[in-house]
Amino acid sequence: MCGIAGYFQLNEPTPPDRELVGRMVAAIRYRGPDELGMYFDNRCVLGQARLSIIDLAGGSQPLGNEDGSIWVTFNGEIYNYVELREDLLKRGHQFRTSSDTEVIVHAYEEFGRDCLEHFNGQFAFAIYDQSKNKLLLARDRLGIRPAFYAQHGGRFYFASEIKSIFCDPSVPRRLDLKGLDETFTWWTSAPPRTLFEGVNELEAGTFVEISDGRIESGRYWQMVFPERFDYDRSVESYAEELRALLIDSVRLRLRADVPVGAYLSGGLDSSVTTALVRHFTQAKLETFSITFEDDAFDESSYQQQMAAHLGTTHHTVACDYQSIAEAFPEVIYHAERPIVRTAPTPLLLLSRLVRQNNFKVVLTGEGSDEILGGYDIFKETLIRAFWSRNPESTWRPLLLKKLYPTLPVSGARARHYLEQFYKTGLDRIGDFHFSHMPRINTTTRIKDFFNDETKNRLIDNDAIASFGRDLPDSFNRWHHLSRAQYLECKSLLAGYLLSSQGDRVSAANSVEGRFPFLDHRIAEFAATIPPLYKIHGLNEKFLLKRAMQPEIPKEILQRVKQPYMAPDSNCFVQSDSPDYVMDMLSESALERTALFNPKAVGLLVKKCRRGAGAHLSFRDNMSFVGILSTQLLVKQFIDDFQIPAPPDRSAFAVWQEGADN
Amino acid sequence: MPTVDTDTTRKEIREFIVEAFLFGDESEPFEDGDSFMQQGVIDSTGVLELVLFLEENYSIKVDDEEMTPNNLDSLNNLVAFIQKKKQKKQ
Repeated sequence: MCGIAGYFQLNEPTPPDRELVGRMVAAIRYRGPDELGMYFDNRCVLGQARLSIIDLAGGSQPLGNEDGSIWVTFNGEIYNYVELREDLLKRGHQFRTSSDTEVIVHAYEEFGRDCLEHFNGQFAFAIYDQSKNKLLLARDRLGIRPAFYAQHGGRFYFASEIKSIFCDPSVPRRLDLKGLDETFTWWTSAPPRTLFEGVNELEAGTFVEISDGRIESGRYWQMVFPERFDYDRSVESYAEELRALLIDSVRLRLRADVPVGAYLSGGLDSSVTTALVRHFTQAKLETFSITFEDDAFDESSYQQQMAAHLGTTHHTVACDYQSIAEAFPEVIYHAERPIVRTAPTPLLLLSRLVRQNNFKVVLTGEGSDEILGGYDIFKETLIRAFWSRNPESTWRPLLLKKLYPTLPVSGARARHYLEQFYKTGLDRIGDFHFSHMPRINTTTRIKDFFNDETKNRLIDNDAIASFGRDLPDSFNRWHHLSRAQYLECKSLLAGYLLSSQGDRVSAANSVEGRFPFLDHRIAEFAATIPPLYKIHGLNEKFLLKRAMQPEIPKEILQRVKQPYMAPDSNCFVQSDSPDYVMDMLSESALERTALFNPKAVGLLVKKCRRGAGAHLSFRDNMSFVGILSTQLLVKQFIDDFQIPAPPDRSAFAVWQEGADN
Repeated sequence: MPTVDTDTTRKEIREFIVEAFLFGDESEPFEDGDSFMQQGVIDSTGVLELVLFLEENYSIKVDDEEMTPNNLDSLNNLVAFIQKKKQKKQ
């Protein structure tokens, strides 16, 4: 993990504003506390806050090529840098370091913008091509590492996090209501939109290139599913290939000059990644887990079982209502967007534990559910699609009962209500978001709390359509499961799990997450696995279980999947909850931000406090967390935003002035 | 045992729904016969709250098999359901 920040002059050259870029890297210094670096000339300033992982001594950034005409500031990892380096050496390039960063520079020299297609990794970087007066900002295929940009005052600003861009006080800090509308629909805004007007998120798998004052954006990778699947190929053959790819992916992701740890949730995916480290590498293994005081969320017995099975040194952090409530404002400061669940908060506490144990890098199981078919939303989609062929059938919806043994509305209890809920949109099976309708319907209810003015301003905004733009041409001909997977990767995975619950809460504690399931070779292969082999009957991740059977204990393979969740509104309405909660939700605070209806929010808070507790609906919990986080966002980034002081010149390991051009 | 005062019951339940599910928003009032689910007033997880309210305030016990739209999905249905439960008790 590192932080990148800087700007490129769109028109006339001006003396470099080193102080500003100093502030920009200072704002995200937690991403890379090991070293700071800056390259500057009168066209471009590149800043870097480095977390040293590969080539600790030689990998300082920004880093240039032989003649200093190409410079890069880079966050992330290029895992296949060893192989790429050999290839580039053969093509005559000379290397000064053994870092993956230098591979980017030479690959760019060799292939230009197409270098992106050669990288296997998680990355966001800016390359300044001085002789051509060009800047290339690019992001990895699935959106593991973040990148934002904005045009302001004749400059193109870019950074790992929005707060760096706001270090120029003349950049307007205004909430983008459409971004809020999208968040309360899909759990995230649709890139390039963010929660702030004029600030853009670089979408996963895309780049922006600026030359001659023109800004051009493009896509170099897209998640694409086949229109037909190869069912002639045996399950065993698919399982073997998946297994081989996973082993290789883990092997690549252990490339580091520092020790690598692993998260262990107690579920299948992190058990798989951890077992692969144990069985196929020599690495010494330490594992890290979250435990919950509240039994409804706790998975510690499975975590202990897996840790014992693999003989790891195991660490845990216990989360209760109070620790979640206390850390929540910090999570919003890092996420830079509202969230509708508290679940990212324990991950912030977990990365703190990792850091306290002197680890900088952890493997996690994230991404498996999306690409291999693990989520309930996929099973719901299959059931609803099946049901839609005969909407009056009384037995087809009975399948739903099997889906939710862990919900309060389980079994026969309120079955009719569950049915009614999932019956939504059965007649709209052709709509691009058919799979996501039930989730969208629940999430959208947060908007009932908007005040009249907010509602009026959004009256013509179609937040659902935001993720329906730029769909691949063949999307409508894909299987229902494929469409659901595509949308899940674009929305929840990139915009929430890998960001608010991923990069941002681990970078906050200077920890880098690595995701073996999100090797693009695995994502591409997984797209070709027939739906029936992903979800067999209602058995999720069937092929993964088949592929990993030898290494995973039966109890973990067969356990009922428990979605990772943390307690929500309950955290904030205890007698000893922090004062900020009621401050943020007070009538006066709500009137100041002027987004929500104070009376309605007051009744919601009253209801939550009354201790409806376990009986509180998803909608009420999401509304509470969504409103509280929006209030915090406005306070932290619009009302009370703090610009840090620029670090002293001596704090910079690289301080490189470019030749005049 | 007194019979149920349906007007009072209707009023009480309406107030509860407006406060607990509509959070005071009466801009789109619902009629006594409107379906809560179709109007989006109560969803599948919200129905447990409604049942809890009925059980606490009307001294009745709602069985799993009674949790059907026929009994619970409009103000009219709810009032009739409570009346029926009360009569059974007598």
